[in-house]
Amino acid sequence: MNDEAAVDKNKIYDEGIEKGAEKLTPEIIQNVYRKMVDAEGGARLKTYVETCVSCGLCSEACHFYLSNDKDPRFSPAGKVKQTMAVLMKKKGRVSVDFMKRASEIASTECNLCKRCAMYCPFGLDVAYVMLFVRRLCHKLGISPQYIQDTAHSHSVTYNQMWVKEDEWVDSLQWQEEEAQEEIEGLRIPIEKEGADFMYSVIGPEPKFRAQLIYQAAVIFNAAGLNWTMPATPGWDNSDMAMYTGDNEIMARTKRLHFETAMRLKVKRIVMGECGHAFRSIYDMGNRALGWRMPPVEVTHSIEFFYELLKAGKIKIAQKYQPTVTIHDPCNVIRGRGLHEMLRYVVHAICENVEEMHPNREHNFCCAAGGGVINCGPPWKMKRVDGNKVKAQQLFDAKSRGAETCVAPCHNCHGGLEDIIHHNEIGMDLKFLGDIIYEVMEKPESVL
Amino acid sequence: MDISNSWDWNAGKKEIAQFGNWPASFDWVEEPYASPDGEKIAAVVKTGEMEFSVCVNGTAWENTFDKVWYLRFAPDGRLTGIVSDTGQWTMAVDGVAWEEQFDYLWDTQFTKDGQTIVCAVQQGMQYLIASNGALWETKFANIGHSAVSLDGSRTAASVQTESFNEGEIFKFQEGCYSVAVDGKVWDRNFINAWRLAFSPDSQKVAAEVRVNLYEYTIAVDGQAWDTTYPIIWEPCFHPSDGSVFAPAKADGGWTMIRDGKPCWNGRYAQVWHQMFSPDGNRLAAIVAPKYGKWTMAIDDTPWSRTFDGFVTDACFSPDSSRVACIGVNDKRYQVCVDGQAWSEGYDMVWAPVFSPDSQHVAAKVEKDGKYTVVVDGQKLKESYTMVWDPVFSPDSQYLLLKALEGSGSDTVYTRTVLPLKDILG
Repeated sequence: MNDEAAVDKNKIYDEGIEKGAEKLTPEIIQNVYRKMVDAEGGARLKTYVETCVSCGLCSEACHFYLSNDKDPRFSPAGKVKQTMAVLMKKKGRVSVDFMKRASEIASTECNLCKRCAMYCPFGLDVAYVMLFVRRLCHKLGISPQYIQDTAHSHSVTYNQMWVKEDEWVDSLQWQEEEAQEEIEGLRIPIEKEGADFMYSVIGPEPKFRAQLIYQAAVIFNAAGLNWTMPATPGWDNSDMAMYTGDNEIMARTKRLHFETAMRLKVKRIVMGECGHAFRSIYDMGNRALGWRMPPVEVTHSIEFFYELLKAGKIKIAQKYQPTVTIHDPCNVIRGRGLHEMLRYVVHAICENVEEMHPNREHNFCCAAGGGVINCGPPWKMKRVDGNKVKAQQLFDAKSRGAETCVAPCHNCHGGLEDIIHHNEIGMDLKFLGDIIYEVMEKPESVL
Repeated sequence: MDISNSWDWNAGKKEIAQFGNWPASFDWVEEPYASPDGEKIAAVVKTGEMEFSVCVNGTAWENTFDKVWYLRFAPDGRLTGIVSDTGQWTMAVDGVAWEEQFDYLWDTQFTKDGQTIVCAVQQGMQYLIASNGALWETKFANIGHSAVSLDGSRTAASVQTESFNEGEIFKFQEGCYSVAVDGKVWDRNFINAWRLAFSPDSQKVAAEVRVNLYEYTIAVDGQAWDTTYPIIWEPCFHPSDGSVFAPAKADGGWTMIRDGKPCWNGRYAQVWHQMFSPDGNRLAAIVAPKYGKWTMAIDDTPWSRTFDGFVTDACFSPDSSRVACIGVNDKRYQVCVDGQAWSEGYDMVWAPVFSPDSQHVAAKVEKDGKYTVVVDGQKLKESYTMVWDPVFSPDSQYLLLKALEGSGSDTVYTRTVLPLKDILG
């Protein structure tokens, strides 16, 4: 495939890519490529790219491929062949237009969901290759604008939403006061050293979804747990730097997150319902720093709710009545294997459950994950149209009676919300915490 | 002079407060804090509808507030809390609020002698530092990484110096941040400025900076090192010669950099939390000699004992000869001194402390929800509802134990001075 053939004539304008590319030349691209490819790619990258025999088994695994009339350019192998394979063949000597298109493919046409890796007979990890392309784009300064802005936010504030230090604490105190109206004596204990749990969330929670902090506080209080939230940066577990390939900012934010937990002398980090953040603190961020596993135990909300329900620490007053279907978030299902715990929780809190098909580790991605939704408005419709297969899954579940979709992941929520709205599916979307809060036995007082 | 010289070091136990009775007097009682000398125990208490105060040894402050949070004792024993009244915030010290009021206040820091209390302040959506209530003359669009000099005379922070809107990535990449010292900004902007360090004489400030999206280095008083690195961690000053040290990733791995040049030969999977011995002759850091293996390196020589989880809370002995830290394997916390881990593991261990004569090490530990203190690997016979960090007497002969004993309404806060010989036998 030559450079010119790789250029999409109907490209979307993204200032981060276009303006960033103005300073590039083929020589600059090649220099950066040469410095990176051996130092950071090595045998793993070469194996993934060169082992592919174009068997096509990955194609049917990819929602972008299936949703774009099976256009081979959207197949996982096709994405590699349009990007890294050319770069390797040409030893990095590619045009500026080629790299702009490579940035678009890697950042907006692949959710790094790893579904394709399950179906590849060799287990080739296309997500790794796409992340490598993203890192190259980061090094060349041509990451999409909106996600680059988010990485900048991480670098300054250690959270993804430019939330300032006082705004964070103020949000916690505001939610605590609100919740005290409902439950006497409820606390969100800030900076409580020696608590058993540190609850960590992602930037959008204090910014747009503060009710989730409120609900978590109700659950922690009702369960009688010894918990805390930090007053300092380090409270945010999210990580868009991981998805731009800015591994250095990823490492910086994860170091602070874990060192905040160590400073507070907690035994466990319980994290909110976010998938990509789990990937960052359970896999990529910790390992970038030299920790083979998370230095402080990390528990995703799915597993945490499972523990609470199983141990009877929270009790259900009356199960949620509308029929629900379950969306399995890639990073905690394929990435961590929490699908049966998720089902235990959903069945414990909901009366009627109608499975989506395929499900569990075979479920399709929401098309928002992997930082794709964070590439912002320019790419929204490409993302929504790139997941007709998910729309179909939702329609099918609805036709079998599902009225509510449970999705225990922030990015999934964003992506599914757009799909439901655009396709006029007419389905409610909820976090586990939303439903648990709604159906649990809530004490009037915890004094 | 060591503050602890004036404390009561007579051996024996004192019952300070019937802490278990407090809930009967207030709507609720939050987690307690013990004073450095152990003579006081305090907690935020709710005294009425939207009315909070602080209870000290059973008596509440006369003043009440809409909110009290971040209750902490200063090293000199004064009790501080961030308080709000009719939507304005300030610092209360021993129950008396500063005259100055702010739109918000947080990040309380103390100097070692406790005489200076520093906070970050938001006033009219602008940000600055308050030192003992006195504000910088300049305000900024954002602030972070505040630091106070050892003598308390100066403060510094990373500040936003140029305005930009969310999404203006290329404006951001021109450099919109710098460091302000006493409110006066360095001459140069950076992409980022993080974690600041004052020189021991309070005259210089060093910070981690990012000079473009990919190059990191250290800037001292606004002057960046000539050498840049793909990633770097926080700087520290040598105790006496003015040179600056920081861990950075150089060719072949992480190492220690001094004034822009590698000063350790070793290359590690990680290096951070470097610290000088009190005499300035030794430099230690937490290191990963191999991926996933953690220990201490002193002057570039790692201990042979490593931990798979992590290492934290390292400290030098006062005579500079010894190093202690916490090492963690599979959620089992151990104290490790001079490369030898104490045999017993715990659910949690707090920062170890050396005795003034450097002969002994003590740490607060938790196991199965009960707390106690371990000295030189020897656990106290009893465990408690709560203990606070142990303190050695200035002559290293005694240990101060601050503890909550009993449960429910029978919970008593006690202060006990234990002869070390009774603990160690």
